[in-house]
Amino acid sequence: MSGNMNLTLKVWRQKNDKTRGKFVTYQATNISPDMSFLEMLDVVNEELVRKGEDPIHFDHDCREGICGMCSLHINGRPHGPKQGTTTCQLHMRSFHDGQTIVIEPWRSAAFPVIKDLAVDRSAFDRIQQAGGYINVNTGGVPDANAIPIPKKVADEAFESATCIACGACVAACKNASAMLFVSAKISQYALLPQGQTERYSRAQAMVAQMDAEGFGSCTNTGACEAECPVGIKLTNIARMNREYFTAKIFKQEEPH
Amino acid sequence: MLDSKVPAGPLAEKWSKHKFNLKLVNPANKRKYTIIVVGTGLAGSSAAASLAELGYNVKAFCYQDSPRRAHSIAAQGGINAAKNYQNDGDSVFRLFYDTIKGGDYRAREANVYRLAEVSVNIIDQCVAQGVPFAREYGGLLDNRSFGGAQVSRTFYARGQTGQQLLLGAYSALNRQINKGTVKMYNRHEMLDLVTIDGHARGIITRNMVTGAIEAHEGHAVLLCTGGYGNVFYLSTNAMGCNVTAAWRAHKRGAFFANPCYTQIHPTCIPVTGDHQSKLTLMSESLRNDGRVWVPKTVELAQKLRKGEIKISDLKEEDRDYYLERKYPSFGNLVPRDVASRNAKEVVDEGRGVGASGIAVYLDFEDAIKRLGEDTVRAKYGNLFDMYYQITDENPYKQPMRIYPAVHYTMGGLWVDYNLMTTVPGLYALGECNFSDHGANRLGASALMQGLADGYFVIPYTIGDYLAGLGFDPVDRNHPEFEKTRKTVEDNVQRLLSLKGSKTVDDIHKKLGHIMWEYCGMARNEAGLIKAKGQIQELRREFWSDVTVLGENEEMNQSLEKAGRVADFLELGELMVDDALNRRESCGGHFREESQTEEGEAKRDDENFKYVAAWEYRGESQPEVLHKEPLEFENVKLTQRSYK
Repeated sequence: MSGNMNLTLKVWRQKNDKTRGKFVTYQATNISPDMSFLEMLDVVNEELVRKGEDPIHFDHDCREGICGMCSLHINGRPHGPKQGTTTCQLHMRSFHDGQTIVIEPWRSAAFPVIKDLAVDRSAFDRIQQAGGYINVNTGGVPDANAIPIPKKVADEAFESATCIACGACVAACKNASAMLFVSAKISQYALLPQGQTERYSRAQAMVAQMDAEGFGSCTNTGACEAECPVGIKLTNIARMNREYFTAKIFKQEEPH
Repeated sequence: MLDSKVPAGPLAEKWSKHKFNLKLVNPANKRKYTIIVVGTGLAGSSAAASLAELGYNVKAFCYQDSPRRAHSIAAQGGINAAKNYQNDGDSVFRLFYDTIKGGDYRAREANVYRLAEVSVNIIDQCVAQGVPFAREYGGLLDNRSFGGAQVSRTFYARGQTGQQLLLGAYSALNRQINKGTVKMYNRHEMLDLVTIDGHARGIITRNMVTGAIEAHEGHAVLLCTGGYGNVFYLSTNAMGCNVTAAWRAHKRGAFFANPCYTQIHPTCIPVTGDHQSKLTLMSESLRNDGRVWVPKTVELAQKLRKGEIKISDLKEEDRDYYLERKYPSFGNLVPRDVASRNAKEVVDEGRGVGASGIAVYLDFEDAIKRLGEDTVRAKYGNLFDMYYQITDENPYKQPMRIYPAVHYTMGGLWVDYNLMTTVPGLYALGECNFSDHGANRLGASALMQGLADGYFVIPYTIGDYLAGLGFDPVDRNHPEFEKTRKTVEDNVQRLLSLKGSKTVDDIHKKLGHIMWEYCGMARNEAGLIKAKGQIQELRREFWSDVTVLGENEEMNQSLEKAGRVADFLELGELMVDDALNRRESCGGHFREESQTEEGEAKRDDENFKYVAAWEYRGESQPEVLHKEPLEFENVKLTQRSYK
């Protein structure tokens, strides 16, 4: 088909977390601009399998930009050259014929490589487990309309709640800081009335776990915000710092 | 033989009475029981969290790298609940009635009524968890009308309601993981069910990072593993969605009900080429403001496809707003099955649009004129962006192209009123079971059912089974565990020994073509018989000529895929058998032989008013059909009409 492209891929291949990885070069031929980036990798993988070579392993699932499972550092940028999109929603029309594309996994000590481009992001789960919730049991809760919440507050909480936990913020940060991710959840609950009773213990518990996982500190560069596929704002980090310092200075509570 | 365990008494009192009659497990004894939950979507996460809160030990499993990524997360439109906050005439009975009718009278009355009844609790629960639903300026919850409902009962969080609800359930799950009451296993895939003396006693999983094949024991097993839409290869399901857990349970004795009931969603982005790996849904909330049309004549459609004329050259009288024309009272908001079939009809006539001609328009020109672009953006902005991203066409300037795609499967494991399958101790929740949507699911009802099952049904019904068990721990040294584990290991080795010339995707794509062609939006006897033969042939091809690379003891996506496709190849044939057996049209199952004069689905209540539950009888044995008759005491069966 006219308009199709031929590309050179330099892909990080690594058998497992115990072996050293290296870049391997592949040719991707006759790539339609309508393909998604992951479909382009599917095409390359199908050819590899036909040749009896192990396909390139990468994480992906919904391919709709919402599950947060896909990752990939593409030409030095998390989720590739397009702003505000995940790798699965990146299309090949963002590239041109003859281009060389370098594909790496997320690079962070807290995200060890499992194989090739797939990394272990369970540190994110453990941070959420430390306090990313409101302590309510199923049943016995008030009517949903018993607590009016101003639309502006609800909308702002929603904006923070849209984080997909892909890890691009960590991958983009020179310090591999997870503060954008952590602050999004802390902000959601700090804004909503339902989150008030535990807001300070939550901030402390989640920050403590974040530090324990080995993520770096924030130095306000803003790369995380620039690369976030769903537009989580830096102001979340400011809010998290306020929650955390207030907790430390005035409201130290027993952790649950 | 099939006992639905639906309690006697008036519809509105069944669930309350049943809850009272169920046996309870003493709070101090709950910790003596271990419950296995497979899958962490809305049903799985909510069940795992709620059961752990009650005091049970829970082990939860998901194939993704985090429980938060289960495919419930991709649901867009909303969740129904009979809150009647809008004072527009909604009630539990109306939600029940709409759901039964929408399902074309192929669901159990009692289950559906319970679903409508607990729907109100779900919203309360989610708000208490901090789920940021859309709100009015006064601070109260906003609702919209959705998917053909005549009342506004749908709660939503912009176009990503599933995400917010799942993150709510995930937060409840995290709380229990932190307390140590749930042990979470990420990147673990269930590959078999362990039964001892006919009871579910555990599962066999493969650790998808190390390849370790392990046995896990429990007093009960909950399958919350979603639907099987990926049997069609192309669907709106996530790439990893599969039938394996449910299918292996089926082969261990769980009946599979109504497998031919699949939902083809009318508003998806059309296929662009062979490279396509999945399809993307555009929320049907778009049909609230978008108008569906195609050119009035085949000639105009041809000219448009060839680029000889532009969309703007087509005047109002050249356009056929076929849904508005045929269904004046529901218009663009007819239920999904009706909208999908009509799209197929106009495309088959040759009036389709886009380069392939396999699409219809969903046009927002009028909505933008009426409401202004800003209002349209506020309502649908993220969907428009997604469409633009994928197609490189701006839907604010030109109509969207849409076409139906496989989206949801109403069929699933047969369960009784307690959500227990035909294997004692094995339960199925959410899309994985067959119970609540009949032959067609209404919009915004999947999220409702997943959470109803997990938060408000299973916590009550499971106690009844466990209380009868005694307190003995499951004997993990029982030979069945090792025997089943060995079976799984042998199967994995068998797959890895395949070194043919085809890739797993080659076979999967072929299967998808067969299913879509003969067991998709329209089915007929000759086609289904043909499909059955082709699937059998394809299965032979798989086991003789496919190639599976790598080893077990590593992350191996070739192996994962191969195992799933092997099971789809068996399920596909059962779907065809079920579609062949059901010589009537109902909901998403359209048999061309059974239609009204106007071409609408025509039920045959005299002969097919039953649930078809299939029993596995061994390799290459025909499955045995068991019928659960459906009784309707509270609604009158009518020919569905949306005119």
